Amino acid sequence: MSNTGNPYQDDRGNKDRSITNSGGGTMTLPGTSGRATPAPGGPFLAAEMMTGGYGPVDILHDCTLTVEKGEIAVIVGPNGAGKSTAMKAVFGMLNLRGGHVKLDGEDITLLSPQDRVAKGMGFVPQVNNVFPSMSVEENLEMGAFLRRDDFRATMEQVYDLFPILKDKRRQAAGELSGGQRQQVAVGRALMTQPKLLMLDEPTAGVSPIVMDELFDRIIEVARTGISILMVEQNARQALEIADKGYVLVQGANRYTDTGEALLANPEVRRTFLGG
Amino acid sequence: MDLLNAIVALLNFVVIPATAYGAQLALGALGVTLIYGILRFSNFAHGDTMALGTGFVILFTWWLQSMGLSFGPLPTAFLALPLGIALTAAVVLLTDRSVYRFYRKQKAAPVILVIVSMGVMFVMNGVTRFVIGVDEIRFADGAKFLINANDFKAATGLAEGLAFKASQAQTIVTAVAVVALLFWFLNKTRTGKSMRAYSDNEDLALLSGISPERVVAVTWIIASGLAVIAGTLYGLDKSFKAFNYFQLLLPIFASAIVGGLGSPLGAIAGGFLIAFSEVGFTYAWKKVATYVLPESLAPDGLAQLLSTDYKFAVSFAILIVVLLFKPTGLFKGKSV
Ligand SMILES: Nc1ncnc2c1ncn2[C@@H]1O[C@H](COP(=O)(O)OP(=O)(O)OP(=O)(O)O)[C@@H](O)[C@H]1O
Ligand SMILES: [Mg+2]
Repeated sequence: MSNTGNPYQDDRGNKDRSITNSGGGTMTLPGTSGRATPAPGGPFLAAEMMTGGYGPVDILHDCTLTVEKGEIAVIVGPNGAGKSTAMKAVFGMLNLRGGHVKLDGEDITLLSPQDRVAKGMGFVPQVNNVFPSMSVEENLEMGAFLRRDDFRATMEQVYDLFPILKDKRRQAAGELSGGQRQQVAVGRALMTQPKLLMLDEPTAGVSPIVMDELFDRIIEVARTGISILMVEQNARQALEIADKGYVLVQGANRYTDTGEALLANPEVRRTFLGG
Repeated sequence: MDLLNAIVALLNFVVIPATAYGAQLALGALGVTLIYGILRFSNFAHGDTMALGTGFVILFTWWLQSMGLSFGPLPTAFLALPLGIALTAAVVLLTDRSVYRFYRKQKAAPVILVIVSMGVMFVMNGVTRFVIGVDEIRFADGAKFLINANDFKAATGLAEGLAFKASQAQTIVTAVAVVALLFWFLNKTRTGKSMRAYSDNEDLALLSGISPERVVAVTWIIASGLAVIAGTLYGLDKSFKAFNYFQLLLPIFASAIVGGLGSPLGAIAGGFLIAFSEVGFTYAWKKVATYVLPESLAPDGLAQLLSTDYKFAVSFAILIVVLLFKPTGLFKGKSV
């Protein structure tokens, strides 16, 4: 924590857990949330020309991601390419220096993440994506936190999608296997009934069988009209189910095409798909 | 008969006082553990929040009494309690606004908040002395005893008397009610669950639309309520003296850590463990021993392990022993 240059965040090597509870929030959010302005036309999600990073150094350089309604868009690229950073930028967890994010005919560039949830975006981060000490059911309830209506039907849908969660609904999410935890994380994001579901490596640490299953579930979700923007390490499988694929390198778009075309592109195959 | 006398003496001098004291510590430790779990720092100002809040309750009690109000057999302080809690919560929220929030916005390391809370502690310390003074104050009214020692002797014919003070009974009943309410709140209500979610994973709570400022405010209000209730019960049971509350910080922290920091259940268990050991180690066991042991074995001295002056040392000895064998405390809190 001491490399941020902010003296308040320097804890001088304190290791005494009896006086502090580490693991607080890491997101640096813009102080105030602006308003959404109408911006009709264009794709369902249009994050265009995004430039910015965590500190003074830009990680993203004119990065553009668009998703149409009910479409699956997949982002692939080497480690450290800025895939997670691009997702965070789309979700408003990063201060952008340039570019804009439009959702469903509205410019939401100035909205805070909470307000974006209310606008119909759901996000499953790459790591720490469940509430470990809370039960599976409570995790799902927290996903529906902003909803004031009866969300039991949505919960049933999530349980139908991931039957294992129903059996484990009283168990703490932290005690589940990695794959089950990913299902909780996706389920939590679905509880808001998002119009756009953003998944950062949903299959990380998941066995091939569960991975196929999870991909099937994601296709099912997309069929219900939800747009999906997903980062995947298993590039080949992910591009197979993708309507649109993005290859990101060093924070910039390298290739953009349909999933099929990217899989067929010999250069993409050689450099990013391992032959 | 001797065995009965021994049991009565044990109840009278150890079990009942330690249970009441344990309940008071548990309520205090619950506040500490909540703040630790949700705001992520050890709040050194908790003892002085207790003192300030109890000071407010005493002032309101006097005011109610001056208007000729009383609460029948119960102490008037119980009537004043809601007012005291409201005022203390307001002061604490104001402190959060003017002091802690700045550091929260900076994403300050928790250890800095610990030091900040020490500053708040000193200020509150002074404010309490301004508001209510430094003297010992007894503010308990209403019925004094549930069971009176002399009546008990007369009724049972035993040599030992059993006294069950009203304040002790009130402490235990209130503590049980408050703890039940708190657990219901944390486990069943939407706001309570959002607090646990925030404690578990701050970033994800934010992504779920949970408002951090609201969680923080509710946490402060609950912690203030617990502090004022604990302080008032302690004051009714013993007496109010600002300095004693400052000292209470030690056994309260010991309770929270022994039980497992961040675990509400642990805070309660820790409170009773510390209370029983403190009382057990500093009680002169001669009386009980004389009843139970044959005459030849009866102790000459007081059979007191430690003088009461050392009672705080007991908390720390327990703390060390527990942490040596269970670093996360009894109830799987954070490892220390
Ligand atoms: N919280 C952060 N603060 C500062 N820099 C960061 C932070 N997170 C990531 N970075 C930097 O941003 C760059 C891109 O990281 P990012 O996490 O977006 O990569 P990624 O494409 O998701 O990689 P992976 O496939 O390994 O998940 C890296 O150089 C990383 O060091
Ligand atoms: Mg990543």
